[in-house]
Amino acid sequence: MSTELQSFIQKYDLLGCIQCGKCTGGCPVTVRTNLNVRRIVYDTLDQDMLDELAKLPEIWDCTACNTCTVRCPKGLKPAEILIGLRNILVESGEIQPTVRDALESVFLEGNPWDKPRATRSDWMQDLEVKIVEPGEKVKNLIFVCCTIAYDPRVQAIAQSFVKVLNKAGVDYGFMGNKETCCSSEVHNLGEEGLFEMEIEDNTELLNSYDAERIVAISPHCYDAFKNQYPDLKAEVIHYTQLLKELLEENKLEITGELPQKIVYHDPCFLGKQNDVFDEPRYILNHIPEAEIVEFERNRERSLCCEGGGGRMWAETESLGERLAEVRVRDAKELGVSLLAVACPFCILTLDDAIKAKGFEEEMRVVDILEIIVDLI
Amino acid sequence: MNNKPKIGVYVCHCGINIAKTVDVDAVAEFASHLPNVKVSREYSYMCSDPGQLLIKEDIKNEGLNRVVVASCSPRMHELTFRKTLAEAELNPYYLEMANIREQCSWVHEDREKATEKAKKLVAAAVYKARLLEPLQENEVGVEPATLIIGGGIAGIQAALDIANAGFKVYLVEKTPSVGGRMSQLDKTFPTLDCSACILTPKMVDVGSHPNIELLTYSEVEDISGYIGNFDIKVRKKARYVDMDKCTGCGICAEECRLTGRISSEYEVGMGNRAAIYLPFPQAVPAKYTIDPERCLFLTRGKCGKSPKCVDACAPGAIDFEQKDEIVEFKVGAIIVATGFDVFDASRKPEFGYNDYENVITSLELERLVAASGPTEGNIIIGKGRKGEKKKKKDRETFTPKEIAFISCVGSRDETVGNEYCSRVCCMYTAKLAHLLLEKIPDANVRVYYMDVRAFGKGFEEFYDRVRREGVRYIRGNPSEVFKRGDKLVIKAENTLTSTPIEDEVDLVVLAVGLEPRQDAREVIDLLRLSQSGDRFFMEAHPKLAPVDTATDGVFLAGCSQGPKDIPDTVAQAKGAASSALGPLSSGKVMIQAQIAHVDEATCRGCGFCVETCPYTAIELVTVNRVGHMVSVAKVNEALCKGCGACTAACLSGSIQQRSFMDEQILPQIAVLGGM
Repeated sequence: MSTELQSFIQKYDLLGCIQCGKCTGGCPVTVRTNLNVRRIVYDTLDQDMLDELAKLPEIWDCTACNTCTVRCPKGLKPAEILIGLRNILVESGEIQPTVRDALESVFLEGNPWDKPRATRSDWMQDLEVKIVEPGEKVKNLIFVCCTIAYDPRVQAIAQSFVKVLNKAGVDYGFMGNKETCCSSEVHNLGEEGLFEMEIEDNTELLNSYDAERIVAISPHCYDAFKNQYPDLKAEVIHYTQLLKELLEENKLEITGELPQKIVYHDPCFLGKQNDVFDEPRYILNHIPEAEIVEFERNRERSLCCEGGGGRMWAETESLGERLAEVRVRDAKELGVSLLAVACPFCILTLDDAIKAKGFEEEMRVVDILEIIVDLI
Repeated sequence: MNNKPKIGVYVCHCGINIAKTVDVDAVAEFASHLPNVKVSREYSYMCSDPGQLLIKEDIKNEGLNRVVVASCSPRMHELTFRKTLAEAELNPYYLEMANIREQCSWVHEDREKATEKAKKLVAAAVYKARLLEPLQENEVGVEPATLIIGGGIAGIQAALDIANAGFKVYLVEKTPSVGGRMSQLDKTFPTLDCSACILTPKMVDVGSHPNIELLTYSEVEDISGYIGNFDIKVRKKARYVDMDKCTGCGICAEECRLTGRISSEYEVGMGNRAAIYLPFPQAVPAKYTIDPERCLFLTRGKCGKSPKCVDACAPGAIDFEQKDEIVEFKVGAIIVATGFDVFDASRKPEFGYNDYENVITSLELERLVAASGPTEGNIIIGKGRKGEKKKKKDRETFTPKEIAFISCVGSRDETVGNEYCSRVCCMYTAKLAHLLLEKIPDANVRVYYMDVRAFGKGFEEFYDRVRREGVRYIRGNPSEVFKRGDKLVIKAENTLTSTPIEDEVDLVVLAVGLEPRQDAREVIDLLRLSQSGDRFFMEAHPKLAPVDTATDGVFLAGCSQGPKDIPDTVAQAKGAASSALGPLSSGKVMIQAQIAHVDEATCRGCGFCVETCPYTAIELVTVNRVGHMVSVAKVNEALCKGCGACTAACLSGSIQQRSFMDEQILPQIAVLGGM
């Protein structure tokens, strides 16, 4: 046990913590849960408490927005420490059935949604989609994301992307049913072993294509490939970066007018964690007649929607208003009709919040791709 | 070598530092059998007086002509033992040291192996000692003048000390006035002295001292030479105002078409100035300067029918034809006192400094509380900085009631690359909090902190006082500031109660840290200074040579070397001044003896050494080699620091460093490798 503790302390550099409280101070969920990440970091120094800490329900409240990690003045990764505790629980087998099912589904079917691999490309029906095979040369290898592939609400993102790619004459290719979960959420759910295995398999698969770059539609896949996969040969970009490039090179033109007020919500995995703030705004600002406004809390200070960190599968207790609801309330105050995002998880959480608040009449949440597909 | 080597070997115990790990007796015994060794002894502390006496007596009685001391690093005591040899009338360069402490006993645990290694080190030293040659140190004269770069409190204090000792000082300041950061402060901690009241007399003194030549609005362009003999070139930028004619009356600035429309550097954007300006009322010299980047006449060639400043100036001091001027002079020593930059708060976007008018930095608050400041000491938010962009009628000003300080902004923070503590923020925060309570008695002032560092004289007492006056200290490092309605929300945690907080306030003051200057690179290039890990200029030794640099004759003072408060800055400035006065008052300096030397007969003049030398001490010269004019390397003995870089670069082995000649070190290496 002492070597295990040693490795926990060393792995997470726990002795570097000065207990300044910036992590808990910046944590978006503190207003509605019992999670106090600073306190947990402090307690993890005691080896006898690790198992007990791993059983705290609030460790599942973390959305992996990573605000704590981005701002830690000593370079620690508090969010990863929570994931380390989840890992202890996963190892002990005492996890919620929903989490267990999601992990099993990734292992068996390559997605966390308990869907058959064979139906991964069903969203492509009636669309002209270029599929590439391993070994084939392609400039932009598109990575769809499990949620976008299977969830009927967000399949439209990928469908819109195909239309945009075709219209702009982009050299691209999809992987079809070969595409397998990036496992960002496997990591966040604490299943380290499966995550490592998926990194290996996915690296081999992705490297088998002669691709110049991998274009991820979801910020979660984008972040995983960019920051957790050390051996990918291709460059990894997010689709908003590709769109900005196409607009700059005049390969894509947004001509349709959209006389609506739009606010953009920064997904944590795109903005805070990877500094992609300007590209989505650049695209929106190219929409004729649209009025683009900003949330009070935007860019580095954007408020998390609570869609990440395994929260799609882990049940948590809530003591207050959901952050997504706060977000749509703020959007309503701004008087917008469209709440634009660039992330499937943000769409799902914000959509729910709009329904919960009864704002369906006033506003819709849409992905940037869904907006521009009708305007090109 | 006129006589056969007779070597004395002295193995030091260094208390138990060496003796604990190395069998000192065995090493001494071993050494006694080495070739040419006449005596071999061990002693508890060779550097002590009795230890040195041992060597001196052996030289006298045994006729020793070489000495090997096996003890600590030569960096520690080489000079000590050279002196010992000299006192016994033996050339001090007949000394060789074997480092059996840092390179042996301190880094090993196995006594047997450590003893074996110590023996090898001693044997290697003995083999080299046999081949040592006597060297002479040369003496050069010292120009009795000092260049001081930077006219803040450090530069001012050093200038006054040197000038008062009777030596000439050239004080070069980049901006139009001396005074530096201290002139921007209202009160100083912990005594609450009025900053201007204690600084202004010193500024006036440097302005009028017969030994000080003040070069304001000037920049050092070039430095060459070496200790005692530096050649300096300074650019005096055109002020477009004749210094002799300007009376400092200020009517020009009142008349300037841009009066009140240009953000004032001195007021850090909280107040405005004209295109012709005096940085602040007590500026020295009290002469106006035209901002060439903003002046309408200088930028567009036209300012109404005629420039209003020209019309207003009765003595006719405005001179748009004025050009930059290059001034050249010689000095014997240089003091670098270039100061610091204030951390740019926009690099912490989570605090909303760029977004909200009522998020301000501590220096901006300093100007607000100053009676001489843009609000005459009233705490009015909404007039300055971002207010500038707004139309006048839209400006709303208010006096804040709920006020929070955030500590350590840009300090102790790896995310912005500043691991260090800025040392002044805790105390200036306490001071500003105190002043705020004085000005707004019903205000609620709190300080968010990680640790309070009140380490100086009177600091803890002041911190106690401020807390008892009602300033609340909340332990937590805030993460974010955003707006909710009219209020700013600070998102933090009270770590003492484990309570997450959303604290609603009217004013957030960011206690910004100190950083190396953006233009530090220019000074580094001029003087070949080094930087420590924190990017401030590096002193020669953190403890024992805190104002010296790796370049002889160049000294550091103030915050260019690292963040410090005013008392420490003044103390260091006095230290730098006294160090500079050493060579100035002795009038001569000794030049390194262990320097590079060229064998002209074999040098091919390829110039690799010239390129390699970090001190520009080598040049190629033409010599007559049996009737042929050939190019060979020549070492400037005053500039050479004996670093050995050229020796390593030389392809033909023609350039050699004295005391480290190939024929001297090869036997030494052979011993270490073999045996």
